[in-house]
Amino acid sequence: MSNDMILLLGKSLWQTVYMVCVSMAIASVIGIPLGILLVTTAKEQILECQVLNRIIATIVNAVRSVPFIILMVAIIPLTRMLVGTSIGTTAAMVPLTLSAIPFIGRQVENSIREVPYGLVEAALSLGATPFQIIRHVLLPEALSSIVAQLTTVIIALIGASAMAGTIGGGGIGDLAIRYGYQRFRPDIMLITVIILIVLVQIVQFAGNYTAKKLNKK
Amino acid sequence: MIKLSHIKKVYDTPAGPLPALKDVSLTIADGEIYGIIGLSGAGKSTLVRCINMLERPTAGTVEIDGQDLTKLDDSQLRKVRKNIGMIFQQFNLLSSATVYDNVAFPLKLAGIDKKTISQKVEPLLEMVGLENKAGQYPSQLSGGQKQRVGIARALASDPKILLCDEATSALDPQTTQSILKLIKDINKKLNITVVIITHEMQVIKDICDKVAVIDHGIIAEKGTVIKVFTEPQQEITHDFISVLLSDELPSAFRNQPVSAVPIEDGHLLMRLTFIGESADEPVIMRLIKKYDDIDVSILFGDLDQIQMVPYGRMIIGITGDTDKVKMAEEWLKEQDLKVEVIGYVKRHDIAAR
Repeated sequence: MSNDMILLLGKSLWQTVYMVCVSMAIASVIGIPLGILLVTTAKEQILECQVLNRIIATIVNAVRSVPFIILMVAIIPLTRMLVGTSIGTTAAMVPLTLSAIPFIGRQVENSIREVPYGLVEAALSLGATPFQIIRHVLLPEALSSIVAQLTTVIIALIGASAMAGTIGGGGIGDLAIRYGYQRFRPDIMLITVIILIVLVQIVQFAGNYTAKKLNKK
Repeated sequence: MIKLSHIKKVYDTPAGPLPALKDVSLTIADGEIYGIIGLSGAGKSTLVRCINMLERPTAGTVEIDGQDLTKLDDSQLRKVRKNIGMIFQQFNLLSSATVYDNVAFPLKLAGIDKKTISQKVEPLLEMVGLENKAGQYPSQLSGGQKQRVGIARALASDPKILLCDEATSALDPQTTQSILKLIKDINKKLNITVVIITHEMQVIKDICDKVAVIDHGIIAEKGTVIKVFTEPQQEITHDFISVLLSDELPSAFRNQPVSAVPIEDGHLLMRLTFIGESADEPVIMRLIKKYDDIDVSILFGDLDQIQMVPYGRMIIGITGDTDKVKMAEEWLKEQDLKVEVIGYVKRHDIAAR
C-alpha cells in the first residue's frame, strides 16, 4: 500500500474520531439533562411537571423516528444556518449531534430510572432539594449505568458517521465507499472494515471497564 | 410532641379514589417510643410518611411542637425535615458512597465544612459500632450493618424525632434484636422521640412504650403496650398478640366440646393472667391449700416481661366436686389477676372411653 493511502487512512480515521467525539460531547451536554428531566418531571417525581414531560417525550420520539440519512438531508437548512455550510466534516456533525441528543436522553432516562425511589425518599427525608438529589443521588448512583449506555451511543455514532460521507463529511466510512466500493479496491475495503471493528472494540472495552470500575453495587 | 389530627389520605388511582388513611388522630409525647402496628396495606407506611410530609395528607393537620407542617412550603419543610430522621426497611443507602460518606450525606447537603463533618461522623460511627467500616461500600456490609449506617445517617443532623419504617423487617431475629437495642439506647441517651412502624408484635413488645393498632386506615386501638397486650379490645389486636403468645390447650383437651355448665369428668379450664406484682404471688398454692379436695393441674404456663413489668400467663384445669370447683372459681376471680373461664372440657382419653 502506498504512503498516500496510509496518510489518507490516517486522515479518515481522525475525521471519524473528531466527528464522533465532538458530536458526542455536544449531544451529552444537552442529552443528559434531557434524560434527567424525562425521569424527574414524570408523575410523582421530584420535579413533577407532566406537561413538560410530555413535550420532551414527544420531541425525543419525533427525532428518533427519522432515519439518520433522511435527517441529514432534511436539516440541511439548519446545518447551513449553524455552521455556514452543508458540506464537510463540521457540517456532518450537526445531524450527528441532533440524532444523538434524543438517543442519549432515552438511555440516560433508563439509567436513572433504575435508581430505587427509596434513595430519593431518603434524601428528601434528610431535607435535600431537588437539585441536590439529582447531583448527589441520581447521577452518582446511575453513573456506572450511564457510562455503559453512552458507550452504546458512541458506537451507534461511529456507524452513523459512515453515512456522513454522502454529504462530504469524510471519515472511515466515506473512504470505504469512495475507494473500496467505487474504485474497486477490496484491500481498502478490508482495511476500513478492520479499522472500524478495532475502533468499536476499543470503545466497548473502555466503556465496560469504566462502568465496572464505577459500579460499587 | 407530635400531634396528628384527623389525618385523611386518599390516593387517586385509575380505578378511582383509594382511601389509605380515613381519620387518624395520634399524639406522641417527647422521648416516647411509639409503635404503630398493622398488616401490609393497613396504611401504616403512609401514616409515618405524613409525619415528615413525604406524603401530604389530603386532610387533617400534622403538628410538631405546635408547628403545623401541612401549612409549610417546600423550603420550610426541608428545614423541618432535618429535625426528623428516618430509617427504612431497604436501608436506602447510596451504593456509590462509602459508609463514611453515607453518614456525612445530610451534613454535606447542609453545606457544612469537611472538618466539622468529620468531627460529627466519627463519633456517630463509633456509636453504631462501625468505626472500622468507614471506607467500605454498603454492598460489603451485612443487613444489620447497613441499618446501622442508616441510623447513623438519620442521626447526623441531630434530629429530635426518629421515624423507623419497618426498619427491622428485612433482618433476621438476632440482628433485629441488636438493632432494636441500639434504637432503645439512642432513645435513652439522646432523648429522641421514636416512631416505629412494624407488622411484628415482637418489636412492639421489645421496645415500645405505647402502641397504636392500625387497620384499614383507622386506628383500631391504642394505649400503653402492657394495656394493649393484656386487655386487647379488638379482633385484629388479638391476632397480632396470639402470634407471640402461644396459648393453645394441651393436646388432651384440644378439639373437645366445651360446655358452659359442669359435665361429668369435665375439667374446668381457666386462663389466668398475672400482671405486675401479682405475678409473684403464690396464688395457685393458696388455691390448693384452701380447697384441698379439688385437683388443680397446670396445663400451660409462661412468664414474660413487657416494659419491665412481669407478665405471666397460665391455663389451669380444676376437677373435683362440682360445688367445690365452682367455689374455687369464685375465689380465683376475687384475686388480683385476670381470670378467663374457658369452660368444662373432658380429656380426650376419658371422652374416648
